[in-house]
Amino acid sequence: MQVLMFGWEFPPFISGGLGTACYGLTKAMTRLGADVVFVLPQPVDTSHSSHVTLLTPEGTVPARKLHDASARIRILATDPRSAYARPQDPAQRRQARPGDLGSAGLHGSANRPGSVVKSHYGGDLFDEVDRYTRMACRLIEGYSFDVIHAHDWMTYQAGMAASAMTGAPLIVHVHSTEFDRGGELVNQRIYDIERRGMHYAAHIIAVSSLTKSMIVSRYGIEPAKVTVVYNAIDTDDRPEVEPPPRIRTHEKTVLFLGRITMQKGPEFFVAAAKKVLQQMDNVRFVMAGSGDLAPKVVEMAAREGIGRKLIFTGFLRGGDVERVFRIADLFVMPSVSEPFGLVPLEALSYGVPVIISKQSGVSEVLTNVLKVDFWDVDEMAKQIMAVLRSPSLHARLSDQGRAELSRLKWENSARQCLELYERMRNRPIGGGVCQELEANN
Amino acid sequence: MATVCFYFQVHQPFRLRQYGIFDGTGGYFDDDRNAEVCRKVAAKCYLPANRTMLELIRRFDGRFRISYSITGVVLEQFERYCPEVLESFQELARTGCVEFLAETYYHSLAILHSRQEFVDQIEMHRGRIRDLFGQDPTVFRNTELVYSNDVAHLIAQMGFRGVLCEGLDRVLAGRSPAFCYEPPKCPGLSVLLKNYRLSDDIAFRFGNRDWKEWPLDAGKFAAWVNATNGHGHLVNLFLDYETIGEHQWADTGIFDFLRALPDAVFAGRQNDFATVSQVIGRYPPVGEYDVPHLSSWADTERDLSAWMGNAMQTAALEELYRLEEAAKACGGPQVLYDWRRLQTSDHFYYMCTKWFADGDVHKYFNPYESPYDAYVNFMNVLGDLASRVGQ
Repeated sequence: MQVLMFGWEFPPFISGGLGTACYGLTKAMTRLGADVVFVLPQPVDTSHSSHVTLLTPEGTVPARKLHDASARIRILATDPRSAYARPQDPAQRRQARPGDLGSAGLHGSANRPGSVVKSHYGGDLFDEVDRYTRMACRLIEGYSFDVIHAHDWMTYQAGMAASAMTGAPLIVHVHSTEFDRGGELVNQRIYDIERRGMHYAAHIIAVSSLTKSMIVSRYGIEPAKVTVVYNAIDTDDRPEVEPPPRIRTHEKTVLFLGRITMQKGPEFFVAAAKKVLQQMDNVRFVMAGSGDLAPKVVEMAAREGIGRKLIFTGFLRGGDVERVFRIADLFVMPSVSEPFGLVPLEALSYGVPVIISKQSGVSEVLTNVLKVDFWDVDEMAKQIMAVLRSPSLHARLSDQGRAELSRLKWENSARQCLELYERMRNRPIGGGVCQELEANN
Repeated sequence: MATVCFYFQVHQPFRLRQYGIFDGTGGYFDDDRNAEVCRKVAAKCYLPANRTMLELIRRFDGRFRISYSITGVVLEQFERYCPEVLESFQELARTGCVEFLAETYYHSLAILHSRQEFVDQIEMHRGRIRDLFGQDPTVFRNTELVYSNDVAHLIAQMGFRGVLCEGLDRVLAGRSPAFCYEPPKCPGLSVLLKNYRLSDDIAFRFGNRDWKEWPLDAGKFAAWVNATNGHGHLVNLFLDYETIGEHQWADTGIFDFLRALPDAVFAGRQNDFATVSQVIGRYPPVGEYDVPHLSSWADTERDLSAWMGNAMQTAALEELYRLEEAAKACGGPQVLYDWRRLQTSDHFYYMCTKWFADGDVHKYFNPYESPYDAYVNFMNVLGDLASRVGQ
C-alpha cells in the first residue's frame, strides 16, 4: 500500500497532539506493511524518528536514507529556503514557523503580534498553507500512490491538489475543527477550507464520535462518510528520564498540561483550584503550557489570591514533560472542546489519575477516570479533593486507568486506517484542482 | 542667590534567573547577568561619572558639592564585580564634599508591609555607609521617594534630620519646591523637595531632539537656576545616577554639560552648591508639607501604581512579607539574605502592566519579556523559598 500523507507537525516540531498522533499512526502503519510518504512544511531533525526517510525539496531528487535501511516512511519537506531561495534571518525564520513552540516563554507561538489567524498557529498561516500546497504539488511529481491522507485543514488544499494530479482518493483526517479552536468565533476562511476538503474527500476520519457529530452537523456531511478512529498511545518506546531532583512529599501536585487557550478551559482549572485551596492547604497546582490566554490566567490566579499555590512552567519540552508527570498526583483536563485529547493517555501511562471534561473525545474511550462538565467547577473541585484525600481512589484510578491503555494501541488505529484505504483505493476522483491552484498563483 | 543641591541615586538590583519547578533549592539570582550589567553600567556611567565629579570637586576647591544614596545591594555588586567603582566612591568621600544618605539596604518597599523590617534595613544601610565611607547619614531617602507623613514620623524617631520627597504639585498647591518644609507635628525634621521640572530636564529630556529646549547647554540651565531667585533658594536636582552616561549616553553631551555646569552656575551672583544636610542647616522650614497618603517619584501619577498597581504585584508583595516571620525565625542566614534580596522594588516594577508612555522607562534592563513572565518567575522562586522555611 502506497500512502501519501500530508501533515503539519511531526516530532520534534509539535505544538500539540497533532504531531504526536501523526507519529504514532505512521509508525504503526509501517509496522503493518504500508509505505508512507509524509509531506511536512519544514525539514525535521529525523534523529527523533529513526523509522523515517527524509526527502528534501531539492528532491524531486532521490530519497536520502537515514538511520534505517528498511525505513518505510519518507518525509518530504517543503522547505521555504529552497522554495524561494531568499536569504532570511535564521531566528526570524524559526519564529515564523507555525507549530514551533521553541521559545519557552509563556506566550508561546499563540500570541505573536501580527497574527492573522486566531488559531493556535501564529504567523501568516494562510501564506504558509499556500506555499505548502504549491510545493507539495511539485514534490510529488513522478510518484504514484494508492491513497492520500491529509491531516487537518492546513493540508486539505494540498490533499485535494494531489488527488487531482494523481487520481488517488483523498481521505481527510479531522483532529480538530474550527469550532473546537475558536468556539463560535470561527474564521470563515478556515471553515471554508475545512468544508471544501471534507466534501471533496472520498472519506473522512474523525478522532471521536464527538468530532464526527460536529462534522455531520456543522459541515453538512453524510454520517456514513465519516469513520471514527480513536487516537492511541505507545508506551513501550518511552525513554528513561531522570527523576526530578526534588519532590515535595508534604504537598500534593495537581497538573494542567496543554495550550493555555480558550479551547482548553484553563480558567476553569484556576477556579477549581481556588475552591480546593479553601478546603485543603497541602496542594499545589501546576499549569504547564503557553498560549494567548496565559496573561489573563496568570492575573486571575493573582487576583484570586492563589498565586503562591499555582505554578506556571511555560511550555515544557521532552524530558520536562515526563518529569512533570512523574511529580503529579493528579491530572486535570478541563477542555471546553476537545476533539480527542491525548494528554490524559500520557498521564495515565505514568500512573497519574485523570479528571477529564465530558466535552472531550477521549472520554468516549476511557472508563476508569473521573468526568466532569468543564463549567462545573464545584464538581471539579470535589473530584480533585476526593482523589487527593483518598489513597484507595487514587490507586484504583491509577492502576485501572493505566490498564485501559492496553486497548488503545496505535496498531489498532493504523489497522482501521488500512482497512479504510482498501475500501477507498481505486475510486475515481474528480480533477482540476491543482491546475486551478496554479492558475491562481 | 540660589543653591543647587544634587542628589544621585545609585542602584542595581540582584536580578533573578529563570527559575522553574525542576530547579533545585536556592540559587535564585542570575550572577552572570548581574555581573554583566554591573560592569557595563560601571564602564558607561559609574566610573566616568565619578571621575568627572572628582575632577569638578578638585577644580572648584570644595565649592562643588554633591550627595549620593547608594543601595546596599549595589554596594555588594560593586564589591563582587567591579571593586574599582567602590574605590572611586571612597575617593569621592575623602574629598569632604560628598554626602551619603541612608535608605533601605535592599532598596525595598518594606515600609508598606513591615515597619520592623523597614527600620532594620535602614540600620543595616547606615552601618554599611559608616564602614565604607566613614559617614553617619543624617538624611534619609526612601526607595523611589516613597513618602507620607507616617514615613516622616518614623524617620524622625530614628534620629534623622531630613528626608527627601517628590515636589508634589497637589501638596505644594502653588507653593515653591525651592524651600525646605516640615511634616505636620514633626519638629526637627526637614523635607527636601525634588524640583521635578529641572531634574527631569536632565534625566529624561536632555538627549531628546524633539524637545523644544534641545540642545540643553550649561548656560541655559544656569539661567533657569537663576530664575529661582525671588521665589526660593533651592534647586533640588534628584536624579538616578545612571542618567549620566547610561540613560543619556555620552554622545548626548551629558558629560560636557556636567563639566560646564558649575562655572555657569557660579556666574550667577552668590549661587552655590550644597549637600543635603548643608541645605537643612542653612534653610529652616518655611511651612508645612502634609502628605497623608503614600506618594513616590514615579511616572506621571507620582503614586505607587508602578509597584503595586495590579493584582500580580500585590499578590507577590503580600506573599513575600507573609514569609517574614518564618524567614527570620527558622531560615538561617542564607534564607534571610535571599528573602531580603527578593524585596528589592525592581522585582515588582518588572510586573507593572502600565505600558504606553511610562512603559519605556519600565523596560530598562528588564530581564523579562512581559510582566506576566516576571510575576511567574518571582512566584516560582518564592514558592521554593517558602518550602525552605517550612511554609
